[in-house]
Amino acid sequence: MEKIGAVLVIGGGIAGIQSSIDLADSGYKIYLAESTTSIGGVMSQLDKTFPTNDCAICILAPKLVETGRHENIDILINSSIEKIEGEPGNFKVDLIQRTLRLDQNKCTGCGLCAQQCPIEAIDFFNEKLSNKAAISVKFPQAVPLVFSIDKDKCIGCGICKGICKAKAIDYELQNKEINLNVGAVVLAIGFDEYDPTPLKQFGYGKYLNVITSIEFERILSASGPHSGLIIRPSDGIIPKKIAFLNCIGSRDRKQGNNYCSSVCCMYTTKEAVIAKEHMNIIDPTIFTMDIRAYGKDFDKYIERAKDEYGIRYIRRRISSIKEIPDSKNLKVYYETGKGKIIEEIFNLVVLSVGMQPNQKAKELAQKLNIQLNEYGFCKTDTFTPVETSRPGIYVCGAFATPKDIPETVIEASAAAGCVNVLLSEARNKLVTKKELPEELDVSDQPPRIGVFICHCGINIGGVVDVPNVVEYVKTLPDVVYAEHNLYTCSADTQTNIKEKIEKNQLNRVIVASCTPRTHEALFQATIREVGLNKYLFEMVNIRDQCSWVHMHEPEKATAKSKDLLRMSVAKASQLIPLQEQEIAVIDKGLIIGGGVSGMSAALNLASQGYDVYLIEKEDSLGGIARNLYRTLENDNIQEYLKNLIKNIENNQLIQVFKNAQINSISGYIGNFSTNVSYGNNNKSADLDHGIIVVATGAKEYQPKEYNFGQDPRIITQTQFEKDLFTTDKVKGLKSIVMVQCVGSRNEDHPYCSRICCSEAIKNALKAKEINPNIEIVILYRDIRTYGFKEKYYNLARDKKVIFVRFDETKPPELKIKNKQVKIIVNNPDLGKIEINPDLIVLSTGLVAPIKENEELAKMLKVPLNEDKFFLEAHVKLRPIDFATDGIYLCGSAHSPKDLRESIAQSNGAAAQAVKILSAEKLVTSGLVAVVIEENCIGCGSCVEVCQFNAIELIEKERTFEDFSMRTMKSHINPALCKGCGTCGAQCPNSTIIIKHFGFEQINAMISALLVQS
Amino acid sequence: MSKSKKKLSKKDFHPNILCFCCNWCSYAGADLAGVSRFQYPPTIRIVRVMCSGRVDPAFILEAFKDGIDGVIVTGCHIGDCHYLKGNEFARDRFERFQEVLKIFNLDKRFRLEWVSASEGKRFAEVITEFTNKIKKLGPLFAT
Repeated sequence: MEKIGAVLVIGGGIAGIQSSIDLADSGYKIYLAESTTSIGGVMSQLDKTFPTNDCAICILAPKLVETGRHENIDILINSSIEKIEGEPGNFKVDLIQRTLRLDQNKCTGCGLCAQQCPIEAIDFFNEKLSNKAAISVKFPQAVPLVFSIDKDKCIGCGICKGICKAKAIDYELQNKEINLNVGAVVLAIGFDEYDPTPLKQFGYGKYLNVITSIEFERILSASGPHSGLIIRPSDGIIPKKIAFLNCIGSRDRKQGNNYCSSVCCMYTTKEAVIAKEHMNIIDPTIFTMDIRAYGKDFDKYIERAKDEYGIRYIRRRISSIKEIPDSKNLKVYYETGKGKIIEEIFNLVVLSVGMQPNQKAKELAQKLNIQLNEYGFCKTDTFTPVETSRPGIYVCGAFATPKDIPETVIEASAAAGCVNVLLSEARNKLVTKKELPEELDVSDQPPRIGVFICHCGINIGGVVDVPNVVEYVKTLPDVVYAEHNLYTCSADTQTNIKEKIEKNQLNRVIVASCTPRTHEALFQATIREVGLNKYLFEMVNIRDQCSWVHMHEPEKATAKSKDLLRMSVAKASQLIPLQEQEIAVIDKGLIIGGGVSGMSAALNLASQGYDVYLIEKEDSLGGIARNLYRTLENDNIQEYLKNLIKNIENNQLIQVFKNAQINSISGYIGNFSTNVSYGNNNKSADLDHGIIVVATGAKEYQPKEYNFGQDPRIITQTQFEKDLFTTDKVKGLKSIVMVQCVGSRNEDHPYCSRICCSEAIKNALKAKEINPNIEIVILYRDIRTYGFKEKYYNLARDKKVIFVRFDETKPPELKIKNKQVKIIVNNPDLGKIEINPDLIVLSTGLVAPIKENEELAKMLKVPLNEDKFFLEAHVKLRPIDFATDGIYLCGSAHSPKDLRESIAQSNGAAAQAVKILSAEKLVTSGLVAVVIEENCIGCGSCVEVCQFNAIELIEKERTFEDFSMRTMKSHINPALCKGCGTCGAQCPNSTIIIKHFGFEQINAMISALLVQS
Repeated sequence: MSKSKKKLSKKDFHPNILCFCCNWCSYAGADLAGVSRFQYPPTIRIVRVMCSGRVDPAFILEAFKDGIDGVIVTGCHIGDCHYLKGNEFARDRFERFQEVLKIFNLDKRFRLEWVSASEGKRFAEVITEFTNKIKKLGPLFAT
């Protein structure tokens, strides 16, 4: 059967968005089906994100816009799946798109209807904490920006229909059936927040001042129900004492769910920190069992929360809450270490609710014929983390396991990576490419500016005197044409603009309407269709900056509109056409590191027909996985590894260099060149390639603690695993003590190695299986069996593995007396305990190979974090990329992670790489910086500020009349330049031109600000 | 001082303020102020740049030379920069530049502020507050 070059992505949260963009950028047609009226998912509701406190909407909104205007992504809002038939590569899918009661294609998102609508409906985006009109948009930055009518609330009064100038509203519009033919399906339906109503002991729904964490998130948001003011529901007073209760609906074997929701410890800390930042008088307390800060740089965040913000952590699970009737304050009881019961009163209690399967998961699974796991999430396997039980259907994000945003983004890219492998032969078959006329050369023409001013229904025209502004604009220099439109963005106006450009021979166009952040690309495309360079366009925002913010001052709003237009005309006169350069791509990949991560990435690329150079420093492939036998879930690692290595070695497209060392790397995205020495005879090779994947992994910490290496009874977890799986030594043992966090979460390594808790539990279970009578004690600080790993923690406790906690400040002590090893642990509740085990197993963490990483980072010109792991471009939304284009990151080189996570990230890295490798040519942006070489003094200030390695100093020969000399000159690579302009402002000689935001252009605007008298 | 202004009493003084916004955060914050209908004085004229790191102190001098009463540069909060560190370079640059402005007694007429894309209200507040401050200072070319 023929493979179809289109993909259906179900779910428009950050996972679905990332998968869609990755696939659309690599040559597939994407249908993105979203069940609500806007993409964005839960992330759009968040105020900030951990561990960087990044503003969620600031980083998400550009992705929403990118998705919305991607020519190969069709967003199907308000839709659900009905039926699927077919096989991998060729599925037929039926969807139902529920009616919005208005025509999506006509609605301009102007919002007049919502302003006039007399009926209030509940604002679900604000978690029911506020109301909005019965006709509304999901949230201000919604994509697509279309309104919809709440059918339960609408009384059909007809006001909106009467007022809508676009004639979009049609109460009678029916649901629509959509039939698609796609090659693959990606499931990204996310999760639901746990509803704590059934847990009567917490009084949610009964006590006004008990709220959920997602409600608190909206309260924190500057665009939330109280504009970021933290007030409690009962009386609108600022709650000074806030209690956060962790694990509500998670890690609960009696009520709720018995897995860990993975994100609550961190988001609770974030909410506490942000609350404190908003209002210093707030005193947050977090009640928690463990603090599961297992991700990259998470522990540092917790330490800051404690030390800098004074967040109090109490290691207790609260069993119930009582409301004090008069004050509506809340009383909680907990036990101190000495068995004393304490009663404490809080003004507000936030329940940190966990993740549970999307309520539609079951129905969807039946329709798609895929299996769910025991918890109702999508079933996946360790070695195929983004594949569902049905071939051709992939999964990513929280629908697979509870996870945070970066891991969701990683999996979304991984799903795209796997779709790539399935559909590579159908790539570029269904994507559309616009045929454009040749660009007109207007460079020696005097400016002829045309101005189009938008009424936006009455959004602008109701306040700003638009016809008056048009008349004024006509008097400005170089303006040869001006008009006003009801909606400048409507399809018929685009035709009109094109006609007016041709008729009046316009060579600069200005649109005065709304924000360029959403509409600039549309108008640029319009003028390009009649041959004008797209950079000969300027936009003025007289809606968001005039009519909407000066609603009661129409004259001043009109005057301001004139000022803004005058400034824009001044700039437009200075605009010049900008050229986008094309760069050829070498469609070969270089992968550094031959562990599971590097091999997975290599195999993904080679399966799509790309040549791969795989560099391994040792004499065999496999990396750290060579020392592992089984996963926590009992998957056979050695067998998997054997097959993986066989597949690599049998693949004609993969060239493996063992015992290899990289000597130099030069070039840039699409065109790298690397020199490598390899083999026993130290041969040398020069390799040309278009992308680089860093998969150098991490290494096991070699402990200095606990007399390691001096006593055979003190071994590491890895040594113990080998003994367990290859010998029967454990049969002869009576008692084992495992010590967690050896070489992790301390001053030298202030991070969690993520895998050690699971490794310890895995080995403890195996030891119990071999020798049921063996006594095992695990000494720990926090047990971090996140997600479904919690099951094995429970299992270990059921099998009588004993867990004893210790504090960081009082680590267990080792004493050897009369050849007897003794370990003394100080438990905060129980005091000192002495154990005399036969064997001490140290759970040692993963550390970065410092020297190797520093050398490689220098050659790649990419950064490392404080712990010497590689530092990605953006912690939240770009976890696989480096800031330098064309270089990607996966596996433990990024931060410690398990096999499943490493395999996912490798496929994600391959997906990013394929965007480049599959492109015939790369097109640079016109918005770049350029050095005027003559005036450059070669000081290098620009090189220092550029975060994208786009600038380098090049030695040039300068010839004068009677002599010549060599000088350094700055050179900016347009392929790497992002056009931020920082170098231009930093240059002491003002000799860097920032295209489109140049000195003349900005100065022209400034000079035009005041009316010349 | 070619572009002279009439002498105004402080009461009916309507300041002209130049406002630089970065494309990713503060411009989006200004948009959200619009969408949310947060009202602020019609005193600012926004110039959009891709990053606050683009703003050259020369632009600010140019504005003051022309008689613009106040200049405010806005960008992403530290750590949020779309270009990673552009706002940090802007911050360092303008900290030094303030010293220059002090010499000319212009330092109070210049401000650097961070506004995120979700801080529509804050954008309106910052502009209102800065406008009031410039009103108190009076016109740049008062005499």
